[in-house]
Formats: sequence, C-alpha cells, structure tokens
Amino acid sequence: MSLASAPPKTAGPALKVVYKSSTKPTWCPGCGDYGVVASVERALSSLQVPPHEVVVVGGIGCSSNLPHFLSSYGFHGLHGRAMPVAEGVKLANHGLHVIVTGGDGDGWGIGLGHALHAMRRNLDLTYIVMDNEIYGLTTGQASPTSTMGQKTKSTPQGVIEEPVNPISLSLAAGATYVARGFSGDPKQLSDLIAGGIKHRGFALIDVFSPCVTYNPLNTFDFFRQRLYKLDSAGHDPSDLVKAHAKALEWGDRIPTGLFYRVERPTYEELEPALKPGPLVHQKAGLQGKDKVLDEFV
Amino acid sequence: MKDISLRVGGAAGDGIASVGESFCRIFSRNGFYVFGHNGYQSVIRGGHVWFQARASPERIWSQGDGCDLLYALDRQTVDVHAPALRQGGIIVFDPEKFQVPPEKVPAGVRAFPVPTLELARKFSPQSILQNAVGMGACAFLAGVPFATLENVLGDQFRKKKDVLEQNLGAAKLGYEHAQAHGAASDKAMPMKGGAPKLLLTGNQAIALGAASAGLKFLAQYPMTPATSVMHWLAAHATQFDIVVKQAEDELAAINMAIGASYAGVRAMTATSGGGFSLMVEGLGLAGMTETPLVVVEAQRSGPSTGLPTKTEQGDLNMMLGASQGDFPRVILAPGGAAEAFRSTVRAFELAEEFQTPVLLASDLYLSEDLHAVDREELPLDHVPASLFAVPDPPSGSNGYKRYLLTPSGVSPRAIPGQKGLNFIASSDEHDEAGHLISDIYAGIPMFVEVRRKMMEKRMRKLGGILRTTEPPKLEGPANAEVTLVGWGSTALPVRDAMAILSSRGVAVNYLHVRQPFPLHAEAIAQVLRLAKRTLLVEQNYTGQLGRLIRAETGIDLPHKLLHYDGEPLYPWQVVGKVLEVTGRVAS
Repeated sequence: MSLASAPPKTAGPALKVVYKSSTKPTWCPGCGDYGVVASVERALSSLQVPPHEVVVVGGIGCSSNLPHFLSSYGFHGLHGRAMPVAEGVKLANHGLHVIVTGGDGDGWGIGLGHALHAMRRNLDLTYIVMDNEIYGLTTGQASPTSTMGQKTKSTPQGVIEEPVNPISLSLAAGATYVARGFSGDPKQLSDLIAGGIKHRGFALIDVFSPCVTYNPLNTFDFFRQRLYKLDSAGHDPSDLVKAHAKALEWGDRIPTGLFYRVERPTYEELEPALKPGPLVHQKAGLQGKDKVLDEFV
Repeated sequence: MKDISLRVGGAAGDGIASVGESFCRIFSRNGFYVFGHNGYQSVIRGGHVWFQARASPERIWSQGDGCDLLYALDRQTVDVHAPALRQGGIIVFDPEKFQVPPEKVPAGVRAFPVPTLELARKFSPQSILQNAVGMGACAFLAGVPFATLENVLGDQFRKKKDVLEQNLGAAKLGYEHAQAHGAASDKAMPMKGGAPKLLLTGNQAIALGAASAGLKFLAQYPMTPATSVMHWLAAHATQFDIVVKQAEDELAAINMAIGASYAGVRAMTATSGGGFSLMVEGLGLAGMTETPLVVVEAQRSGPSTGLPTKTEQGDLNMMLGASQGDFPRVILAPGGAAEAFRSTVRAFELAEEFQTPVLLASDLYLSEDLHAVDREELPLDHVPASLFAVPDPPSGSNGYKRYLLTPSGVSPRAIPGQKGLNFIASSDEHDEAGHLISDIYAGIPMFVEVRRKMMEKRMRKLGGILRTTEPPKLEGPANAEVTLVGWGSTALPVRDAMAILSSRGVAVNYLHVRQPFPLHAEAIAQVLRLAKRTLLVEQNYTGQLGRLIRAETGIDLPHKLLHYDGEPLYPWQVVGKVLEVTGRVAS
C-alpha cells in the first residue's frame, strides 16, 4: 500500500513529476485561469510532490474546474462547498497536500462562511481563489468583488454594493498565510503558491485572474498598470497591522505578494484523535472494547 | 402486563430528568426492562417538564399508559398529570410548597405529603436536595430497597463525595418518612436481581453502532434531537480516536463528511429535519460522486422550526425525494435502541458496499428516550472491512477507471494517496474515468450515450440493495384480525399495544417497515394481500409510508391512525383504534 502517510513537505530525491492532465482546460482563449493552472503545476513540481499525494478540491464555476486539468487526485464538488470537502479530506488524511481552488463567487459569495471558518481553524490547506470580479460561467453577473458602479447583466444600472476585500477578510479571519497574485505574472504566482503549500497552516492566495469575456473593466491591462510588489516595497510580512493597512490599498496602486505570514499550531496538530497518525491508517471499530458498555449499566 | 411507572414533573432546571433517569437505572440494573420518556420544552429554566420511568420484568417497549406514582414538584404537575394516575396511584407532594385539593385527586388515588424541603434543609439550605428526599420516598413506595437506591446514587455522585453524602442522607430521610407514614404502592415491584440491562438513548445506540462500524469522522451541527449523537462521540473521541468536528452549519457538516469519506475513512453526519434540508444538495453530491455516507435524520415536529422538543415522523417524503435528480439511496428506520445499533452498523455496510448515501431515520422519541436492552443486543464484534478495494497497480499502469461500468453498478474504489490510481470525483456528470462530460461533450451523441450508461450504472445499485437486504417481517401471530403497518419508532408503542390486545384476546400482527427505501414491495404486497384487515399507524399527518406503499404496490391502506400532536404515540391509542377497526367499539 503506497498510501501517503509520511508527513508532507519532506525533501526527496529530484524526480520528474508531471502534473499536466490529459484533459485540456475548457476556459475561453486568453482566460486568466490558464496562468493559474500553469503556476500550480510549476509550484508542485518545484516542491517535488508526487501527484498521488495531492488532492485538489474545486467548487463550481469556471475556475472551479481546475482540478480536472491536473493529474493529481481531485474532487469537483458543489458551488461554494469546496472548502468543507477539503477540510474533511485533510482531517481524514493529513499526510496529503490539499489544495482548494475556486473563484470569487464560489469563495467570497456563496462559500464565504466556510472560507472564514476554515481560516480561523488554521487547517493546513492552500486556498487559491481566481478572482475575476464577475460571474463568468453564468454569463456575466455581478460578483462579491465587482467594483461599485460596474454594469453587469444583473446590475444594468451599476453595482450599488461595496465589494468584499478578500485580503482584509482573510487577515481578520485568522489565515496564517495571506497573499495576492496575478495570473499575468506566473513567476511570482507560482512562488506564492509554492510558499502557501510549504506553509504549515491555512494559506490564502487571492489571484487577479481576468475574465476576458465578461469583465471589460478588470482586464490584464487594468492590473498591469496598477500592480506593484510588496517585497520590492519593503513590506514586512510578519507585521499584522501593516498587512491590514496594505490590504486597504486600492486605486492607482494595488499591491501583490505576501501580505502576512505567521506560524501557529494547525488544527491537525491540536486534534487529539490525530495524534496516532492520519485517521485513514488508524484501526477502526470497537472489537475488544466491550468495557465501554459498562457505562450504560 | 406487570409494570410500574413513576412520573415526576416540575419546571426545567428542577432536576426532573435526573430523578427520572435514576429511577430507570434502579430498575434496569436489577434486570428489569425499562423505558424512560423525557417530556420537555424548548426552555432552559422554567416551563413544565416531566419524565416517566416505566419498569417491568417483561419486555416493554414504550412509556406505556398512565402512571402509578406521581412525584409533583409543583402544582402544575398535579393539574397536568393526576388524570394519568391508575388505580392505586399515589401523588407525592410537599405541602410546604402547595396543597393538592381533593377534587384533583382521581378516585382510587391517594395524595401522600412528604416534607421534602424541610427534610432537605437538615443537610443543606439548597432546595435541590428536595429531589433526593422525594426519590427516597418514591423508592419506598415503589418497593425499592434503600440499598438499591444507594447504589445508583453512589454512581451518580461518585466524583463528589460530599454531595453524595448529602444526597444519601436526604434520600434516607425521605425513604424513612414514607416507610413510617405510608404504605407501598400495590404495584410495588420486588427486586429480582437479574442480569443488569443496559440503559441508553436511541442516539447513544446510534453513536455506539457508528463507532462499532468503524466510524472515524463525525461532522455535525447541533440540532435537537440529533445533538446527543455528537455529545456521546465527542466524549469518546480520544478513547476511540474519532475526529468529531462541530461544523459551522449543516452545509459544511455533510460536505466535510463527504470529503473524509472520499479520503478513505468511515464518515457520518447527524441532524434533524431543518438541518437535513440544508444538507439536501450534499446528499446528491454523495450519490453522484459515489461516496459512501451515513446521515442520521432524527425527526422532530415540523414544518419549519416546528416543535423542537417534540416528536414526529414527518420527514419520510423529504428523505425519499431529497436532492435533484435520481440516484440510489437507502433509508433505514429502526424501531428501538438495539435495532438502532444494528441498523447503524448496517447503514455503514450498505453505504460502503454500494458507495452511496444511507439515511438512518430516527425521531425525537427514539433518539432521546431511554431504552433498556440486553447486553447481548449490542455486540461490539463488528470487524470493519478494508476500504482499499483496489490493489496498487503495477507501476506505469494508467488504466484505472473509478467509475467503471459494472453489472452491479459498483466500481472498484481507490483512496487518495494510492499511487497510480489518481482520479477525480465530480459532481458534474462524468465518464468512467471521472472526466466531466457536462461542458464541451454535453449533447454530443457519444456522450449522450455515456450519460445514459452512467445513470443506469448508478441506479443498478438499487437492485443489489434490495437483494442484499431483508424484507420486513411480520411481528406477532401469523393469523391476525388486523395487520398493523408502520415504520421506525412507531414499532415501540405498537408492540406494547399488541401485548395488551393479545391479553384481551384480540390477535394483531405488525408489519414493521425497517427499510422504507428501497422498499421490498413484493414481500410487503404479499403480506398485505393476505391480511384480513390493515391499519396504517404513522406519526405524521398525511400517512407518508402509506402513500409510498400504495405507489409501490398499488395497495391502499384505508384504515389509518395518524398521530401528529408532538407527543409520543401511546399504546392505548393503538388499542383504541384496533378495537374500532374490528368493530368492537364504535368509531
């Protein structure tokens, strides 16, 4: 049985790992998500993680199809519910690398509650949100991150709600690795993803991943004109207060990179039932434990 | 039937359930069959709560009808429950708190004053010790030797020695007071000293069954009356290395359980109808991804928030139809604690064998009330099978198909982490390898065919489930004037009603539908065709099982006893309806 059980993230001999699936992505030509799946492949290869020790969980939406385009294990679940599936996978076998992928509608809309709770639990998960500020698969409605005033099919007069701020929310919810990438910069993005996978605890990587079909506002050019890198600007990712301040920057200059990182015990480390090792390898059943019946006498 | 029932009533926070449970334990420990019904409300303090503890040397299944001892902590208890007292009954009350007016005392019943507060004050100024005094008095009236009461209290307070001493002292004063001033009940039951019975709630039986079946992961959100499944498992989580995750909501709970099961451990969630409503989409996800899953649905009075602390069997329709589209599911509906234990083990076996969700239908009455069972009825010898159905393939092999089309509809299952078997489980329709056919292939003739085949593959499992599960059996005599038909906890009052009817020379039998879905329609039709008369007994308004039986067999069950007031069904209600249906009494 070659089931993954060793603690993850141990360096092994260099091996050629192929993450590309035989299934070709079905995204529109020019979609930002191509850059994300390439960055995930690159990050996993750089970490030398064998594909069978990785589970990628997606929800529903264009970007949530991502697990199909990798050769690892995958679970393509329900809209907004990728996170709890991933939590179950991780708790059942914490020897696996579990990556959650989805979009802004899936994660910051219908699945927001799950995301925030997963963050405060600090499960060792890597959450990659492909944020295109629009609902693409349903053909162009406003998303929770759509810009105030933006006209979409569901808001022909313009959006009249403030967008959520994924970075601020994640910092407040207790994520221990909070980053933002851009699918137009795969080098930085794959480093951020690799950093998130290596990080022991909950890692969020919110990715600007433009929708070339339904969002004429937040285009590759829009971001290229505005993005700057936090590390080049001397940001200290151990400073939570500064991270919060940076999260609020929007407008002409928008930061990317690592906002915040801290080491905290993970949920798996604190869960007593996991002390003997991954659940999936533990003995199950109550044979020989008849003494437990005495409590009912 | 030889039995004795003690009813105790007061306000929430008075320790009513604790008194009632102690009485149950006094008898169950001494080899009696016991049933304990907790009648409570959705308040933490105040209101009116009551507990009935019933014991008999013979097998009993329900709270029975009426009571013999009524320990009233307040006047309202007398108003509400005195009419339930049987001939020779006794009302125990404290005249310092209230008086029992003679017109409130039914004929053949006596009111017996016990100065519970006064005697309690000898030990402590706190009024809670009054319950110990009352228990002492009731124990004497019920014919319980003081040593037996001492034994039960000793365990209850074993961690608090000073509290124990106070309670024992107070109980002794109550016992001696009753001994000096009153005669024991005619129903007093001599202790026979048989092998102790095990006393547990339906939820404890379910939790125990799950652990025995190999449960390693429970995700749950608190909701009455399912919550105590989580309580028992959480209390034993470190002992048995089970992860008990309180989720942020029921959506998360079922999806976590699905994730854990996909990753190779036996997983379960438990909820009531409201929470199950939120789990509905997840149920279909388990069906579509062919992930084994056990969901406990402990029903309560609906619709909506309904009566959170009252019972009903109103969710069968929902369980049958929960989630969009067709997929195979199983619904098991045990009647009794031992059956709940066995059904839970079976639920895990079926979920695994057929890789599909199994619903365990309980209700507040079964889940929260106390049942006494023989130790042999809870065998913990189940050996969970290995979940790794597929051996590691030789290296380089790349032909694994997670959703391989097979005659049974069940495909070999790999677990993430197994090398070379990587696959994707998808909520979208997919092909044998798990690749989705919902986008660029949808509607293309070749994939129209794939869709049809995948649908048929999944649905084929239902045939296998029907073949490997037992059709319902008739309980009682083969030859009967009336064949009762019901499911789940309805079996409990019905079994007691059958004993009463039998003692009156009325032969009835009971078709206990323990698996409402898939329904063993042929076997059921055979029984119903041979029946002289039928009577459908259900705890819901529309007769949901009756409709299912008609849909599946074409047989209508015209006589119905439908019960939906939130209170448990009482044996006398079943008896009355049988007498009516057989023409013995006018309707």
